[in-house]
Amino acid sequence: MSIELTAVRKTFGNFVALERVDLEIATGELVALLGLSGSGKTTLLRIIAGLETADSGSVRFHGEDAAAMSVRDRGVGFVFQHYALFRHMTVFQNVAFGLKVRPRRERLPERKIAARVHELLALVQLDFLADRYPSQLSGGQRQRVALARTLAVEPSVLLLDEPFGSLDAKVRQELRQWLKRLHQQLHVTSVFVTHDQDEALELADRVVILNAGRIEQIGTPEEVYHNPANAFVYNFLGNVNLFHGRIENGRVYLGDTALEVDVTHQHVQASNGRAVLYVRPHLLEIDHTPVGEKSFRATVKNVNPAGPQVKVELVAQWGDPVQVEINHERYRALRIEPGSEVFVGPKESSAFTYQI
Amino acid sequence: MFENFGWLSTRDNSVARPARADPPVVQFALTATALGFLGLFLFLPVVAVFAKALEKGLGPYLAAISSEEALAAVRLTLLTAAIAVPLNVAFGVAAAWAIARFDFRGKQALITLIDLPFSVSPVISGLLFVLLLGVHTPIGGALAAHGIRIIFAEPAIVLATIFVTFPIAARELIPVMQASGRDEEEAAVVLGARGWQTFFRVTLPNVKWGILYGTVLTSARAMGEFGAVSVVSGHIRGLTNTMPLYVEILYDDYQFAPAFAVASLLTLLSLATLLLKHALAARIESATPRQRPESDARMAA
Repeated sequence: MSIELTAVRKTFGNFVALERVDLEIATGELVALLGLSGSGKTTLLRIIAGLETADSGSVRFHGEDAAAMSVRDRGVGFVFQHYALFRHMTVFQNVAFGLKVRPRRERLPERKIAARVHELLALVQLDFLADRYPSQLSGGQRQRVALARTLAVEPSVLLLDEPFGSLDAKVRQELRQWLKRLHQQLHVTSVFVTHDQDEALELADRVVILNAGRIEQIGTPEEVYHNPANAFVYNFLGNVNLFHGRIENGRVYLGDTALEVDVTHQHVQASNGRAVLYVRPHLLEIDHTPVGEKSFRATVKNVNPAGPQVKVELVAQWGDPVQVEINHERYRALRIEPGSEVFVGPKESSAFTYQI
Repeated sequence: MFENFGWLSTRDNSVARPARADPPVVQFALTATALGFLGLFLFLPVVAVFAKALEKGLGPYLAAISSEEALAAVRLTLLTAAIAVPLNVAFGVAAAWAIARFDFRGKQALITLIDLPFSVSPVISGLLFVLLLGVHTPIGGALAAHGIRIIFAEPAIVLATIFVTFPIAARELIPVMQASGRDEEEAAVVLGARGWQTFFRVTLPNVKWGILYGTVLTSARAMGEFGAVSVVSGHIRGLTNTMPLYVEILYDDYQFAPAFAVASLLTLLSLATLLLKHALAARIESATPRQRPESDARMAA
C-alpha cells in the first residue's frame, strides 16, 4: 500500500505540530521519521494511522482519500511507544484480540484463531509465554508481543512509534536486526518514528528528517548522511565540528588562518560575510607538520582511546573546540598527548560544508 | 530465520530490599496507635450497637426486626439502593469517561457540578426536591393532578438518594480512568474493534477496581442516608420509612432496644457490602496478577 501526504498541517492550540508536510511512501518501503522530540514525527505517524486528523492537507492510501476511512478501515497496524498491551489480558488474548473483534461473518473459527496466534507467537519466539500477563514480561518481550498483536490482523501498513525507545542498548540492537529481517520477509509498507539517528540510518530504506514540524530532508541513509541538505541535518546526523568563519575574496578565514577551499558555492560568491563551516571529526587529520595550506594550528586537550576510533579533543588557534577521530594505528604513530601542539587539516577537499 | 534469541530467557529480576530498620519501640507505638484508634472509633461503637440491641435477649430482638414496619423499612432501603446504585455507577462511568478522554466546552463546569451534592448539606438537598416537586409547586401540582405523588412518597426518597450519592462513583472513577490512559483504547481501535467492543473489552476491565469501590461506597451511603431522605419522606410508618429514619423514630419513642436492633441490621448490611467487595476483589485478584514494578524499572534502564 502506498501512502501520499500532501500539504499536511496540524496544530494543537497555538502550537504548530506540522507545517505543509509532503511525503510519498512507496509500497513495501521501510521509512524512518527522524527528529527530536517535539519535531512532529509522532503526530505525523498518528495522522497516517488516523488517530489524529490533519487540520488541512490530504492523506491518500493507494491514491484513495483516507479522510473518509475510519481508523478501523485503513488496514494499518500501529505499535505504540509504550506498547499499549491490554493489561488485563494474557499474551495469547492480546494477540488474538484483533481476530476476535472482527464481525461474525469475517471472523475465523476459534480453532483457527488459536492456531494463528500460536504461529505469530512462534514468529516472535514467545510461544512459551502465551499465558503470561504483560506485567510479567520484560520490555523486549512486551515489544514483540505488541508486534505480534499488530501483525495478527495482517495490516497493509505497519506504523511503529519509537519501537525500541525504552529498551536497553543490547536488546535494541537485536530487535533492530530482527525488525529488518521481518520487513524483508513480509515486505509490508512500514513507517517508524525514532529520535535515534543510528537506528534510522541502519534500518530505513529512506529517512525523513523532521524539525519543528517541517521536513528538512528526505533521502536514503547515504544521501542524508553524505549530502545533508542544510545545517540542521548536518548537525543532527552524527558528530560534527562547527566553525564560524569569514568569507573574503573567495577565501574562507578561520581566525587568522585562510583556508584554501573550493568556494564555488553560489551563496558564497554572493556574500562577503560570515560563514559557518561544518566538518565531521573523522574527515579531519592530525599531523606534526602542516597538512598543506588548509591546515590550522591546534592544541590537544584530551585523548580518549577507548572505542573503535581514538577521539581527540583539541582547541583551535582561534579558540574554538575541535573534535577529531583518528584510528589507533595513526594515534600510536603520532604519539600525541594533552598539551601537544599539532596541525589539523581536512583529509579531502570536500570535507567542509558551508552554510551562509 | 528467527534464531538467536538466547536473551529471551525470562530472568527473575526481583531486587532484595533492605529490611525495615525502624526500632521495635517505634513499630509498637505506631501499631498500637492505629489499632487503638480503630478500636475506639470503629470497633467499640459497633459492639455497643449489638450489645444494646440484644440487651433484652434474642426474642425481643427478633421481634423488633421482623415487625411489619421494620420489614417495610428494610424493603424500602434495599429498593432505594437497588435503583440509586446502578444509576449512579452508570452515570459515574459515563461522566468519568467523558472527562478523562475528551476535551469539550464546559468540562470544568461539569466537574464542579458533579461535586455539588457533596458541598450542599443533605437537608438542603432534600429541601430542594420539596421546593421543586411539592404538591404546592407547579410541577408537583401538575403531577398530583394526574395522581402522581412524589414528595412524601417513595419516588422522592429514591430521587433524594440518587442526588446525594451522585458524585461518589464519578469521583472514584475519574482519576482511575485518567490514569489508565488512552493508549490501550487506541490500540483496540487500530486492531479493528468497534466503539462498544473497545468500551466493554478494554475500557471497563481497566477501571473495574474503580467501579467496585464506587459501587461499595455508593451502596453504603445510599442505605445510610438520613438528612435528605428525612426531609422528603414524611416519615409515614410502613410506607416511607427507610431504615435510618425508622431507627430515629424508634429512638425518639424511647424504644431503645428495637431502635438498636434495626441499627444492628443496618450495620450488618454494611458489613455484608464490605464482605461482598472483599470476595469480588479476591476473585479479580486471582484472575489477574499484581503488577510487578521491577519489570518496569528494567524497561526504563
